[in-house]
Amino acid sequence: MKAGVTLPEVAGWRSVPILCLAALLLIGLLLSVMVGSFPVAPREAVRALLTGGANDPVVAVVRQIRLPRAILAGMVGAALALAGLGFQAISRNPLADPTVLGVSSGASFGVVIAMLLGLAGPFGNPAVVTLFAFAGALLAAVSVYAIAQVDGRLPITTLLLSGVIVGLFFTSCVMLITALLAANELQGVIFWLMGNLAPTGGRTLAVLALVLLIGAAVLARQAARLNLLALGEEQALQLGVEAERVKRSVFVAASLITGAAISAAGSIGFVGLIVPHAARLLLGPDNRRLIPAAALLGAAFLILADLLARIVMAPAELPVGVITSFCGAPLFVYLLRSRRGGESI
Amino acid sequence: MNTVEVKNVTFRYRTGQGVDDVTFQAAPGELLGIVGPNSAGKSTLLRLLSKVVAPERGRILIGGRDLCTLPRTALAQRVAVVPQEFHVAFPFRVAEVVLMGRYPHAGGSAWESDRDRSVAQAALEATGIPDLAARRMDELSGGERQLVSIARALAQEASILLLDEPTAHLDLRHQGIVLEILLRHHREGRGTTILVSHDLNLAAEHCDRLLLLARGRVRVLGRPEEVITEEHLVPAYGCPVTVERHPVSGRPRVQGILNQRGNHGTVSHHSPDAREAGRSE
Repeated sequence: MKAGVTLPEVAGWRSVPILCLAALLLIGLLLSVMVGSFPVAPREAVRALLTGGANDPVVAVVRQIRLPRAILAGMVGAALALAGLGFQAISRNPLADPTVLGVSSGASFGVVIAMLLGLAGPFGNPAVVTLFAFAGALLAAVSVYAIAQVDGRLPITTLLLSGVIVGLFFTSCVMLITALLAANELQGVIFWLMGNLAPTGGRTLAVLALVLLIGAAVLARQAARLNLLALGEEQALQLGVEAERVKRSVFVAASLITGAAISAAGSIGFVGLIVPHAARLLLGPDNRRLIPAAALLGAAFLILADLLARIVMAPAELPVGVITSFCGAPLFVYLLRSRRGGESI
Repeated sequence: MNTVEVKNVTFRYRTGQGVDDVTFQAAPGELLGIVGPNSAGKSTLLRLLSKVVAPERGRILIGGRDLCTLPRTALAQRVAVVPQEFHVAFPFRVAEVVLMGRYPHAGGSAWESDRDRSVAQAALEATGIPDLAARRMDELSGGERQLVSIARALAQEASILLLDEPTAHLDLRHQGIVLEILLRHHREGRGTTILVSHDLNLAAEHCDRLLLLARGRVRVLGRPEEVITEEHLVPAYGCPVTVERHPVSGRPRVQGILNQRGNHGTVSHHSPDAREAGRSE
């Protein structure tokens, strides 16, 4: 019977698209170590990545300059995509994203506070800066949700408005603090604020990797329950989901990985909006597929966006946030105008 | 196992609405209707029974076990709810939504088992919508969405089914389809069904017993012909009504009288609390 076959086809794990995304990530990684002022042929790049060599200039460029940058971009992309996915699932709205909700601004505020206290920079501990960014992100996220809540519901209009307000407020705080910073620190701050994927050292990558793993694990653990939240909180409760507990843990995890991404690479907008949307088009809204897909696609997307940012105005470099915002802003408008995104939840 | 016992339960929202000292029992195999005017506390009672809110005073027992000590997943294995409105936030497919009903059994494990899938498939067939399995929820009509909602509840395999106005937003044809599915399921399953409805005639026609609520209190509990009387309905709804017998079933049938304008309508549409109709109960 035809109907008997449709059920397993529609619902369940799908390996092929996930493997395609993994392949896309590998291609992006390879391209990003090949392209630049010193071009490297594909075979050379693979050789440099796999074997290495002591005094080989190709190996030096690929392994010490381009690969760390690509890894940073990949992890930041995955982190921002997962954060967006988490915020979207708990607010039941595809428009929620760390940038739109002002959570990124809150994290930036945390980072500049750490800078003001002299905790950031080459001698600082990236874990401490991440902690500050996390605190800022959490503060912003809690404020946005507290302001937006009306009778226990989160209407999309008030959610977006409070996101704008909280984001503007924390942006002003960032500007206030940059005004307090000494002139010699200023350039680094501005460079970081614009979104900067220049490699920052192994410790930053390690902290980001650890936080990303923790955040992804929390999200993956809650994936099935996040699906049920799409029915609304009351029905999730009636199906046996402790909705409040699920929302809280995802909320904290999403703020945490936003903080880690921002403290490592500055504010890069809209990744959390673009990537989950594309992943949803590809794989449907089931979070058990969407979480690995968004992580892979987010990594590939930001690696490729960074590649583009490096080559469009070569030898000058465009901030990667310009590319992501140029993609994200039109998508936001489209989602807002389309029936599903604009609906109040 | 399917007995529902509500003992002296009181619950109030901050707005003052709620239920006050409600006591009743639904026996296994019974179809109990909960009726009453707007803001009488009908939906509140369903939210209490499904542990969305907890009683301030009194106890609720499901199959002899106190709701307070029953874990949420264990409760969801016994009690399934068909809500008044069914909206899914993201473009899930029908099959995925019906499989969500398996959550209390799957226990949060990564993917549903083959048995979960066959139960979901059976639920789709019982509601007559196996062809919709691959459709997206946001492409469905209101009537189709309600059928998916019922299929999801059936997939839960709970012996107690709570229905909150399951036909309220449906056209005549879908009202009939939904009612038929629910009554058939009730007869075949020997479970307990509790139906909240505004529609007094629908409730009187199909329910074994009726519970009439007004202002959060139980006004009367009994067989439809004992409850659907002028004596009980006039004070509960605050408007004049006429009660007659259905020519075929012999069950009571009621009509509200709008004396000011002289035209007729059903009671549920002209209750004195109509100004409060927009508020949730």
